[in-house]
Amino acid sequence: MALRRSLPKLKAWGALKMKAYSYYPGCSDEATGIAYGISMRAIGDALGMQLDELEDWNCCGTTPYHVAEELEAICVAGRNLALAEEKGQDIVTGCNACFVTLGKTNQRLSNNPELRAMANEALAEGNLKYNGGLKVRHLLEVIVNDIGYDQIASKVTKKLEGLKVACYYGCQLTRPNLGFDDTENPQSMDKLVEALGAETVPFEMKARCCSASLVMSEEDLALGLINKILKNAQDNNADCIITACPLCQLNLDAYQSKAKKKNEEDYEIPVFFFTQLLGMALGISEKELAFKKGVVSSKKVLAPYL
Amino acid sequence: MSDNGTFVAEVRDVPGGEAINECIQCGTCTGSCPNAKYMDYAPRKVIYMIKAGMKEEVLSCNTMWYCATCYLCTARCPRDVKPTGIMNALASLSVRHKLTNKKTLTPIFYKAFVDVIRNNGRAHEGGMMMKAYMRIFWKKLKSNPIKAFGMISLVKMLPFAFSLLKRGRMPLKAKKIKDRDGFKAIIAKAQSLGGA
Repeated sequence: MALRRSLPKLKAWGALKMKAYSYYPGCSDEATGIAYGISMRAIGDALGMQLDELEDWNCCGTTPYHVAEELEAICVAGRNLALAEEKGQDIVTGCNACFVTLGKTNQRLSNNPELRAMANEALAEGNLKYNGGLKVRHLLEVIVNDIGYDQIASKVTKKLEGLKVACYYGCQLTRPNLGFDDTENPQSMDKLVEALGAETVPFEMKARCCSASLVMSEEDLALGLINKILKNAQDNNADCIITACPLCQLNLDAYQSKAKKKNEEDYEIPVFFFTQLLGMALGISEKELAFKKGVVSSKKVLAPYL
Repeated sequence: MSDNGTFVAEVRDVPGGEAINECIQCGTCTGSCPNAKYMDYAPRKVIYMIKAGMKEEVLSCNTMWYCATCYLCTARCPRDVKPTGIMNALASLSVRHKLTNKKTLTPIFYKAFVDVIRNNGRAHEGGMMMKAYMRIFWKKLKSNPIKAFGMISLVKMLPFAFSLLKRGRMPLKAKKIKDRDGFKAIIAKAQSLGGA
C-alpha cells in the first residue's frame, strides 16, 4: 500500500527532474535523417529529456547559404535564435551542420553589437528580436553532460556486449571549437558506447570530412572521402558505424554501394545514429528506433541483440 | 596607411573574413585541407592572392566551391585566421560581383538550395535537385544542345533516389513554415541592408 501511495509522488518527482530544451530538428529530421528524429524522441522520455520542438523554426541555411550576402545568411539562422530566446530555453539540435551554423551565428550576434543591431533591424520585419547570449547545444553534448555516462549506464537493460562500434563524429560537431570535445580526437561518443557495454574500435578517420553536401555536385570527390572513412572502419574490424549527424549518415549509408563500386572495395557496414544504439541498450524496440530506414541492412549485425 | 578600397579590405569586411591580415603563410590550412588537390589555388595561396589584390582571379577560381566547411584548417591555424570563414566570404563575394566559377556545378546547386529556402523557409532535397538540374539543362541547351540531351544519363540516379524514397527518406512534398510572410520580409530587409 505504501508503495502504491508513493508511486504518484515518484512520478511527479520524475516530471520535475525532466529537463526541457527547445528542440531544433533541422530539415533532414523529416527527410533523409528521419530515423534520427524518430529514435531521438524515443530515447527522450527514457532519459528524462523533454525536447519541445521550436515553434515554426526555419532552415538554418547551412553551407550553401554562403552564396547569399552574409547578413542575409545570419538573419536566416538568427530567426531561429530569436524564436528560441522568447522561450528562454537552450536550443538543442542533433544535426552537426545546424549546430555549427546556429552556433557560429550565435557567436557573431552575441559578440558583435553592431552586427546584432543590423540583424535586429531585419528581424523586426518579422516581429522578432535577438538579444544574444542563448546557448546552442548539440544533442550528443546534452546527453553526455546533462545526463552523464553513469546515469546512462545505470539505465541500460540490454548490454551490447561484443558489438564493435566505430564512432564517427564528422567534422562540424567539434570544429570550429564551439566548446565541446577535442577538435581532432573526440572521445564523448566512444565513452557513451562503452557505457552501453559495447566495444569501440580505433578509428583514425573519426573526425574527418565526409564531403557533406558536395556529394550532389562533386560526386567523385565525395566518394573518395566516403571511401576513406568506410575503409578505415573496415580495417579496424568495426561491425557498425554510429554518427551524430544526418549528413554523415546519409553519405556513409546511402552512398556506400557507390563508394564501394567506384573504389573497388568490399565492405558492408551498417551506419546508425548514436540515438538508435542508445535506444536499443535502453530496451526500446527495434521498430521504435527506425532501424529499417537504413539503406545498408542492419539485420546481421543486430541479430544477436534483438 | 589605410587599406580602404583594396580587395583584402573587402574580404575583411565580410563576416568571416575579419582575421585575414593575421595570416603568416605557414600553409597549415593547405596541408590540412581534404580537397586541396581539386582546387585551382590551395587555401594558403588564395589568401596570398587576396593580399596581392588579385580580385578577378580569386573570385572566379573554383577554390571556395571545393571547400566542404569541415573547419580542419580553422581548428589548426596558429594565427586564428579562420580560413573557412574566408572561403565563405569569397563565395558570397564571387556571387556579388558575378564572377562565379563556371566549371563547377556547386554554385548552381547552392543557389537552387537557397531559392527553395527563400520561398519555403525549409530545405527540400527533391525540389532543390530538380531546380538545379533544370538550370544546368537550360545552360547546356543554350551553349551545346547535344550535351544538354546527354543529361538523359541522369536516369542512372533513379535507383539511388528510389532507395531513399521507399524508406520514407525523400518526401516529395516540400515543407513550408507558417510565417512565410514574416520570413520573406526579414530576408528582403536583410538584402537591402547587407552587402556593398
